Amino acid sequence: MNRLSYIARRLVRTLVVTVAVVLLSFFLIRLAPGDAATVMAGQAGFADEAFIQNLRAEYGLDQPLPVQLWKYVSAVAHGDLGTSYERRQPVLDIILERLPNTLLLDGFALVVALAGGITLGAFAARRPGSAGDAGVTVLAMLFYAVPQFWLGMMAVLVFSVWLAVLPPFGIETMGADYTGLARIGDVAQHMILPGMTLALYYMASYARLTRAAMIEVADADFVKTARAKGIGERQVARRHILRNALIPLITYAGLQASILVGGTVLVENVFSWPGVGTLAYQAVTARDNPLLLGIFIVTAILVSLFNLITDIAYSIADPRVQLQ
Amino acid sequence: MTALVAIAGLSVALPPGGDRPYAVRDVSLEIGTSEIVCIVGESGSGKSVTAHALMGLLPRGLDAAGGSIRFDGREILGQPAQDWRRMRGAEIAMIFQDPMAALNPVVPVGRQITEQIRAHRSIGEAAAMQQAGDLMVQMGLEAAHLHAFPHQLSGGQRQRVMIAMALSLSPRLLIADEPTTALDVTTQAQILDLIRTVQKERQMSVLFITHDFGVVSDLADRVAVMRAGEVVESGPVRQVLDDPRHPYTRALIAAVPRLSGSPDPLPPHAPVLAVTGLSKVYRRGGGFLGLGARRETRALDKVSLTLQRGETLGIVGESGSGKSTLARCIIRLADVDDGEILFDGADLAKMNGRGLRACRKRIQMVFQDPFSSLNPRHTVSEIVTAGPRAHGEGAKEALARAAEMLALVGLEASALPRYPHEFSGGQRQRIGLARALMLKPDVLIADEPVSALDVTVQAQVLELLDRVRAHMNLAMLFITHDMRVAARICHRVMVMRQGRVVEEGPAATLFAAPKSDYTSQLLAAIPGQSRLEA
Amino acid sequence: MKDFLVRFLARPQTLIGLLVFAAIVVLALGAPLLFPRGPFTIVGMPLLAPGSPGLPAGSDVLGRDMLVGLIYGARVSLLVGIASTCCSVGIGVLLGAVAGYYGGAVDDVLMRITEFFQIIPAFVLLMVLVAFLQPSLFSTVVGIALITWPQVARVVRGEFLALRSREFVQAAKLLGESDLYIIFRQILPNALPPIVVVGSMMVGSAILTESALSFLGLGDPNLRSWGSMIGASRSAMWVAWWTTVLPGLAIMVTVLALNFIGDGLNEALSPRRRR
Repeated sequence: MNRLSYIARRLVRTLVVTVAVVLLSFFLIRLAPGDAATVMAGQAGFADEAFIQNLRAEYGLDQPLPVQLWKYVSAVAHGDLGTSYERRQPVLDIILERLPNTLLLDGFALVVALAGGITLGAFAARRPGSAGDAGVTVLAMLFYAVPQFWLGMMAVLVFSVWLAVLPPFGIETMGADYTGLARIGDVAQHMILPGMTLALYYMASYARLTRAAMIEVADADFVKTARAKGIGERQVARRHILRNALIPLITYAGLQASILVGGTVLVENVFSWPGVGTLAYQAVTARDNPLLLGIFIVTAILVSLFNLITDIAYSIADPRVQLQ
Repeated sequence: MTALVAIAGLSVALPPGGDRPYAVRDVSLEIGTSEIVCIVGESGSGKSVTAHALMGLLPRGLDAAGGSIRFDGREILGQPAQDWRRMRGAEIAMIFQDPMAALNPVVPVGRQITEQIRAHRSIGEAAAMQQAGDLMVQMGLEAAHLHAFPHQLSGGQRQRVMIAMALSLSPRLLIADEPTTALDVTTQAQILDLIRTVQKERQMSVLFITHDFGVVSDLADRVAVMRAGEVVESGPVRQVLDDPRHPYTRALIAAVPRLSGSPDPLPPHAPVLAVTGLSKVYRRGGGFLGLGARRETRALDKVSLTLQRGETLGIVGESGSGKSTLARCIIRLADVDDGEILFDGADLAKMNGRGLRACRKRIQMVFQDPFSSLNPRHTVSEIVTAGPRAHGEGAKEALARAAEMLALVGLEASALPRYPHEFSGGQRQRIGLARALMLKPDVLIADEPVSALDVTVQAQVLELLDRVRAHMNLAMLFITHDMRVAARICHRVMVMRQGRVVEEGPAATLFAAPKSDYTSQLLAAIPGQSRLEA
Repeated sequence: MKDFLVRFLARPQTLIGLLVFAAIVVLALGAPLLFPRGPFTIVGMPLLAPGSPGLPAGSDVLGRDMLVGLIYGARVSLLVGIASTCCSVGIGVLLGAVAGYYGGAVDDVLMRITEFFQIIPAFVLLMVLVAFLQPSLFSTVVGIALITWPQVARVVRGEFLALRSREFVQAAKLLGESDLYIIFRQILPNALPPIVVVGSMMVGSAILTESALSFLGLGDPNLRSWGSMIGASRSAMWVAWWTTVLPGLAIMVTVLALNFIGDGLNEALSPRRRR
């Protein structure tokens, strides 16, 4: 019952965040100089005042703000994120076409980061102050200080230019037209560099967090109890220390998701990965505001859904959730 | 009687840079088969370190520097980790002070018990769970509690779980490190009873660590008194209690407050503070948009009291009784739901802003925690003169008075430019008292002012409070969970339970002949009365 | 204070961080004196390798001096890092203190806002903001401050929430001290260490964020920054590694130095000793 009410509250939060994102977007539109009509007119090559007025009427831009807001919200609620200035296609369609590629890349990066980060963190926490621990800490510090996009470019320089072992660009070999397993293998090969570039940063932060959490939990009284029971050190570490240290990590994974999206935009651009991130870059260079805003809305909703999932996972991992 | 455990000349070194080179030094101690030995001492005496050394669980950075520990004739100090592991839980088991922290919060308690059984015996989970269930029942719990998480149990239940776990492999020695310190007095009595019972049934040896001579006199066969890492005196409990040889032991025993000898009530006078029908409800939950369960707790239910000048009124109760809430409501640190607080004829409950500020000046408070009650970043002179300065007194006059006030509470004026961390717990409580007295209050509320202090320091601070009360003709509201402390300085006592007043009367009469069953229970639960009251 | 300095300077990493950071600051401040011609002047053939005559760091795709670009880039990075952190810490401390001290509705609203900012993809929002406001130094600083202040507010609010129930704060109320006095003289000094640590770490992350924006072409077009140098040389990376490697290293060294300082502050200010 308590867990259900916790999940219900989180569900409400997800909805509230979604609504807030849409409202924020509406006001962001107003930040841009000129309205949609002038921009479209500019792109169409007409600067005729009458034409612009027509466009304004067509898009309802001449109506009072609350009316526009209401129209905007109900449009978004129906999945209408507007039309791309540049491509003259519904924004949502363009995004959805690219989304699977991004989800594939992020999913891979997340799994690698979690698995690698927890392993490294647990390893470092076993002997705080040892050479292994220092190594993990130094690596984490380095990855924190390096711009992700630059790390990606260095990876291209090393693995594609100098060693020539991995493909630097795209999601599959152009013109090869692989099918079945061969295609999966080809995509996987293309995914290694961008996926690892993306994963390394988060791996570093998970390693740092796991290490800190484990060292903190290792001081807890119940760990002393476990030792007093005569349990082996390995079991103490796994069942008592790691089990408790992982709980904050779940929440952290949720919070990191929003940062992961930012990283994706950059890494996709470095590797020309045909996902939402490259789309965002194209929208920026083409001054395609509806598309850029659409990407913001869609990614925000996805991240808040991901947070909902981690919240549910958290409520399963920590029985004390009812206390909050 | 052969000794099960023989500790000889044990020394444990502290890392360099501490206030002393050894945590314990040259400790020798024997524990016979089926004997209860208590180690008693104040904080920092090394009693816990001794127990942990016996368990092979010294904290990182502490190492045994010499001596020997024989268990059943075999040297165990310095034995390989493997051998320690085999012994722990099976031969020697341990329970700790705070059972909430000592249990893994995310594992059901049943699994925590079976884990121990299965670490030493090759049996299946189901069979182990069966054993765990039986143990729980023996400890006065239900088998259904096996599936509970620690946070779903009460403090006493958690400690029972810990004991069930400790006994699961019938160890020959049970080490109990202050296992009842975090519990209410009635729960403490039950747990002590339980430990005594299982000890007899199983013919087990017990090493019991405590700071409380009451517990010692109720439980121990033999006792060792420790101070600053050394055993100053040891022997059969009767001998040590009745005929203490070391002056420190004598001081410790003398410092234990007695229930008898309370001051007589004052002749009735017009009250300076009169509280009528005070009620307070805590509402929790609700959460975002009012979703989620709402819980209401009646913290105070129509509480009334009067207090006159020169009088100390004790408010006594266990945790959750509402005694601290009462103090906070009277001084309006918490809002009041209903009732009136008449102070010098004006109702504090209805006051706000400037009026409240003026009234509060005349009601001051001394707090429980000597560490958090003084701002670590302010000097003593800033702390003590803060009140007068806030009320517009010149810095020079305030400083001059501060020096006098420090003298009154037994501190030197040289304390003024120093920071709180340079003082001991008892000294900090004195600084806190000086801060409160600087505003020349009429009423002083003391919220558990001595419960964080060692017993010898406790006695000094109590004596100081009483002297100051008399000297300044203060009305004092004294909040405590400890009946013996209340008996020492209160003229009248009020017993609270779950937000209500259970009983109220002159201290001497109330403690000698309680009217309510609850008060009798509380009094009966105080350890060590038979011997220490004599 | 003396204690603090001793502990702060005891770690070699902290000293290295401080020295490196000081050197970067001196170079950044001295850039107009050292290279009065500015970073955009073409000085020779494009893509000359480092070590070419007069070009210790080579030249870029347009034949501009890499070294001058790197030094002028420091100005942008430091300015953005420090300015946005100042804004962000200012807003965050003020709102966090009010929310933490008074609680209630103010706190509820603030917590919803910080939660919101934690969940939404901040970098995408930043791109939208900067793109819509038109890329400039101003929009970069405002944008970064806008997406980072909730972090500070959260930390400050947590500290205030914990500290306001401390007995010394209650004592201060009883003594009749005013709310403002309690917030600034009683609580804030105790809440300062985590604020200083968060602030010092934020300068580094703001520098990283700025470089990412510039890399995507969302930096101030009138300034040469490390990010924009990397972005502009993407096509040249295959033949002239130095055009991307050097600005990246500059970012890394700067951020690393800042993080060393931040770590040092953390160690020196937090009462719990490192094991």
